[in-house]
Amino acid sequence: MAKQTQTPIKEQDPEDRIKNFEEVCLGYTKEGAIEEASRCLQCKKPLCVEGCPVNINIPKFIKLLKEGKFDDSVKVIKETNNLPGVCGRVCPQEEQCEKMCILGKKYEPVNIGKLERFAADYEADLKIPKVKKNNKKIAIIGSGPAGLTCAADLALKGYNVTIFEALHDFGGVLRYGIPEFRMPKKIVEKEIGYIQGLGVKLIKDTVVGKLYDIEELAKKFDAVFIAAGAGLPYFMDIPGETVNGVYSANEYLVRVNLMHANQFPQYNTPIKRADKVIVVGGGNVAMDAARTAKRLGADVTVVYRRTENEMPARAEEVKHAKEEGIHFMMLTLPIRILGKEKVEGVECIQMKLGGEDESGRKRPEPIESSEFTIDCDQVIIAIGQGPNPLIAKTSKLEHGFKSNIVVDENMKTSMEGVYAAGDITSGAATVIKAMGDAKKAANTIDDYLKNKGKDTTEK
Amino acid sequence: MFKIVKKQKLAEDTFLMEIESPEIAKKAKAGQFIILRIDEKGERIPLTIADHSKRTITIVFLVVGETTKQLASLRKGDKLLDFVGPLGNPSDIKEYGTVCLVGGGLGIAPIYSIGKALKKSKNNIITIIGAKTKKHLFWEDRFKKISHKLIICTDDGSKGIKGFVSNALKNLMEEERINLVIAIGPPIMMKVISDITKDRIKTIASLNPIMIDGMGMCGVCRVIVDETVKFACSDGPEFDAHKIEWDELMNRNKMYAEEEQCNNQKCVKK
Repeated sequence: MAKQTQTPIKEQDPEDRIKNFEEVCLGYTKEGAIEEASRCLQCKKPLCVEGCPVNINIPKFIKLLKEGKFDDSVKVIKETNNLPGVCGRVCPQEEQCEKMCILGKKYEPVNIGKLERFAADYEADLKIPKVKKNNKKIAIIGSGPAGLTCAADLALKGYNVTIFEALHDFGGVLRYGIPEFRMPKKIVEKEIGYIQGLGVKLIKDTVVGKLYDIEELAKKFDAVFIAAGAGLPYFMDIPGETVNGVYSANEYLVRVNLMHANQFPQYNTPIKRADKVIVVGGGNVAMDAARTAKRLGADVTVVYRRTENEMPARAEEVKHAKEEGIHFMMLTLPIRILGKEKVEGVECIQMKLGGEDESGRKRPEPIESSEFTIDCDQVIIAIGQGPNPLIAKTSKLEHGFKSNIVVDENMKTSMEGVYAAGDITSGAATVIKAMGDAKKAANTIDDYLKNKGKDTTEK
Repeated sequence: MFKIVKKQKLAEDTFLMEIESPEIAKKAKAGQFIILRIDEKGERIPLTIADHSKRTITIVFLVVGETTKQLASLRKGDKLLDFVGPLGNPSDIKEYGTVCLVGGGLGIAPIYSIGKALKKSKNNIITIIGAKTKKHLFWEDRFKKISHKLIICTDDGSKGIKGFVSNALKNLMEEERINLVIAIGPPIMMKVISDITKDRIKTIASLNPIMIDGMGMCGVCRVIVDETVKFACSDGPEFDAHKIEWDELMNRNKMYAEEEQCNNQKCVKK
């Protein structure tokens, strides 16, 4: 009989962790992992696999963990997922694999995410499969989750892959967006190391849409895959948003994660350390910004226009934020940022929930004459990001109103030999969704190039 | 890594560097900028492209803070860790008739490449350049070659007309029919130019606010133009000067004044 509750996992104490940027969750020990793996019922028809966007053979990798065959376990994961250390940390498992877990119907589901993370972290020496290379070249734009996934899959199929990254470090949102305490950069570097080991070339400082355009790359390469991400911060369009002390979450997180502004002046990029910070938004990015501000010494309040039930952030992130002493004000919408030269406060209006909107969530509606002011000296706006418009603007690719690149169900764009996936097609979503679509794109590209070789009427 | 193939002191605290970057040089157009990072600990700073050849990009910078001080300490043959570009939109180069270039301080450098391109497009170029003193001036020879008329101003009168470029422009407007003014320099200078030409001459200003990525990702460079928020990096860097909220822009540039001071002090202590 399986244990009803998950094997406990160690975390840094909230009191300590708000003073550092080290990872909050410390991961399973060997014993803990084996104990948790033993809870798996090894279902004949594993629903968890269906719940996984990249269909990891979950029962198989867990069985190997239970047997102590840790190295074999990670190999099983890597059959379908090239970024297990990343996914084990940031996937919303509670809505995917763990949601489908049979054990979870009655008790707590198997902690699949943390087991995946254990398997990935355990792998000390990366075993890199040898692949015979063909003569086809593929350009990938962006080294985030989608770009890396597609690169690895294609490299494993024998293609010569080059990734062009716009920033000076690789990993996309894993690098600039998700903070160290949730996604240690050495894990990102390890996963990238594996992908480089597969023969993928990574080139930094290359802004596609400026240095090269898509048409040019499509001529030089046999196929192009666009995974440029959701690098456009949304603002609220309320008065005062250009006052000093107002940050987009993107800027705030880029300063700390990419530029190490938390170590200013050892690093040259500064960040304002405020006393009282208001973070606007209810998603994972809002939680990341709030928890980063806390670590920079601020008293932090998250304001969200709906209630906690509608908050898009993962429950685990909200729990961690609360443990760290971050305040939450629900049903609160900022309508004006106060202050002339510097932020002095935020004027908000009280909201109530009305009928359901098109997303199925209850629509927030303002309560008349309920305005009130919160004093603060910094505001971080984390209400979402859109696709970066640079590529849509500088190419003939069909794109939507929000500069999202239009793709069909196989991730093909309107231009021959050009494919896209991840946030550049959908707007901000999850790492794993981007990876699932990137895997699909890799298969489509493989099919396209195999058939193209056979067809003599092609160029 | 990007090699410094030439370094030259142009004027007081002002340096020119040619950076080997053939890919960027192939694509660079007048009015665009690059972002550089010196080393692992460095910040990303934007600099407008002052000129380019087949294999190199020319940048000109004024030593004002920690990063530019460090940059000035590098020598020919040294390498920069990161050099990204060409960023921003190119200047709209076409035939306008008579174009007046106004360059103040460091703005003298970027306005040259724009002037050169405009000259090629058959415009009549009048140039006004100004600096604190004669020691801070540079590139008079370059401007002589492309300008039909060259007016030099210094704040202390050590060369040319004593006074600001804005006064020189005001006088010029009495004498000449000008179809377009392009102003690059400190925001206060561009603001004054904009006030003078308002309702009279179309005026373009090139902005150089605080940036990080330079491709529209962080939004730190937002500026209000025509009552809407724009990103100077991806929507600009050039805007209709008459529509820019100058006071707000100048306030934003002061955002990290305290931190910059602390950073400079650290260098003194070293």
